[in-house]
Amino acid sequence: MPKIAMTVNGKQVSADVPANTLLVEFLRKDLMLTGTHVGCDTSQCGACVVHVNGHAIKSCTTLAVQANGASVMTIEGLAPGADLHTVQAAFKEAHALQCGYCTPGMVMAVVDMLKNNPKPTETQIRHGLSGNICRCTGYHNIVKAVQIASGQAVTA
Amino acid sequence: MYAFDYVRPASLADAVKALGASEENRPLAGGQTLIPTMKQRLAMPATLIDLAGIAELKGVRRDGNAIVIGAMTTHADVAGNADVKAAIPALAALAGGIGDPHVRNSGTIGGSVANNDPAADYPAAVLALNATIITTTREIPADSYFTGMFKTALQPGELIKAIRFPIGAKAAYSKFEQRASRYALVGVFVAHTGAGVRVAVTGSGAGGVFRSAPLEAALAKGFSVDALKGAVVPSTGLLSDIHGSAEYRASVIPVIAERAVAAAR
Ligand SMILES: Cc1cc2nc3c(=O)[nH]c(=O)nc-3n(C[C@H](O)[C@H](O)[C@H](O)COP(=O)(O)OP(=O)(O)OC[C@H]3O[C@@H](n4cnc5c(N)ncnc54)[C@H](O)[C@@H]3O)c2cc1C
Ligand code: FES
Ligand code: FES
Repeated sequence: MPKIAMTVNGKQVSADVPANTLLVEFLRKDLMLTGTHVGCDTSQCGACVVHVNGHAIKSCTTLAVQANGASVMTIEGLAPGADLHTVQAAFKEAHALQCGYCTPGMVMAVVDMLKNNPKPTETQIRHGLSGNICRCTGYHNIVKAVQIASGQAVTA
Repeated sequence: MYAFDYVRPASLADAVKALGASEENRPLAGGQTLIPTMKQRLAMPATLIDLAGIAELKGVRRDGNAIVIGAMTTHADVAGNADVKAAIPALAALAGGIGDPHVRNSGTIGGSVANNDPAADYPAAVLALNATIITTTREIPADSYFTGMFKTALQPGELIKAIRFPIGAKAAYSKFEQRASRYALVGVFVAHTGAGVRVAVTGSGAGGVFRSAPLEAALAKGFSVDALKGAVVPSTGLLSDIHGSAEYRASVIPVIAERAVAAAR
């Protein structure tokens, strides 16, 4: 069984896991970090998005062994304690969630989007969210949240 | 998922050796195609040879009048690379339009070109730009590399090291995407050089990516949108699936080709 070690939300972790363990399974079942969700398990929905070495990826389509040696950030690691990250606060303000199932993946996707493009246009926001599916909100309030988080006027 | 083994060699030589150890072994790149395929047990490799530890497979370099892209370079890195954007903007734009941001952060050019999905984007660029596939054993010209749907000239145990794209074509890629998957329903890459015009069509061929003789003939008379007026693409050999019939694709291809020609620079 491969031995893996990685940094998750700033903490060093290591474990023996079978090679067929998905990163999302390792996070949820071994580390009990259940904020990362599985919506589809077929790479379509983005509920499982986490950051590996600073880039948003789908943890249902990544093996835990592929992240061996990497630095992983999940929704739990974005802000300490009861504090909210700017993007989380903007989601709250814009009412950008209903059931909340897609939200951890959305927030992680948006944090990466804004890192690469701090002032995205509405079109760029909608393209940037193309890997994340929400079956509740109709996306408008999520787009608003991204505009608020990036300090821009709300047009959505 | 079923049980399998995994290794991450640090050198190309070790990867080739690990791959050659059994016909059941398969290279792993970004995993964006292979992992979903394994979940469905449509592929069941015994050992995955992860290419992520091999430094020489990553990155973009300018080599004389060409851009050489390492097999393990992600779509996001190609889309954002300054040399690619300056020398072959159509290629950077194509990479930036693949799937979604998360797929682009994981998926690689080598994985895409090795897989040769009939709806993938990169094969159209490779074929239209007359690129060369550099493998662990030889160099394969684009015209003899794509041999059918999900089929290539790669032999068992042969790995793609890099892809060399000549610079200098006036080119563009236009994609009419299938809204749910964002794969190409019809994608057309046009490239105009001193040596002539090449038009590659993806998303449409029953045998995968192909060059369109009627569109190339029309554009050879003049590389303009007007030259395409009246051009007819036959529906024989085109895909019919839930997204569109062969006849539908045949009528959409010239329209997408016009958009590509209009955008070429
Ligand atoms: C939701 C989603 C949307 C997508 N949308 C698009 C799209 O719009 N357009 C598009 O073109 N693609 C799309 N893709 C596919 C994506 O581009 C994949 O990244 C790509 O097809 C495979 O690349 P990979 O690096 O992930 O390869 P992997 O999945 O790791 O490997 C694919 C195959 O290539 C082999 N292989 C990998 N590297 C090498 C190498 N160096 N030498 C020899 N063989 C090798 C593997 O053994 C495997 O058989 C999408 C994928 C997903 C999940
Ligand atoms: S659970 Fe990973 S993309 Fe849906
Ligand atoms: S809030 Fe329910 S899926 Fe997005």
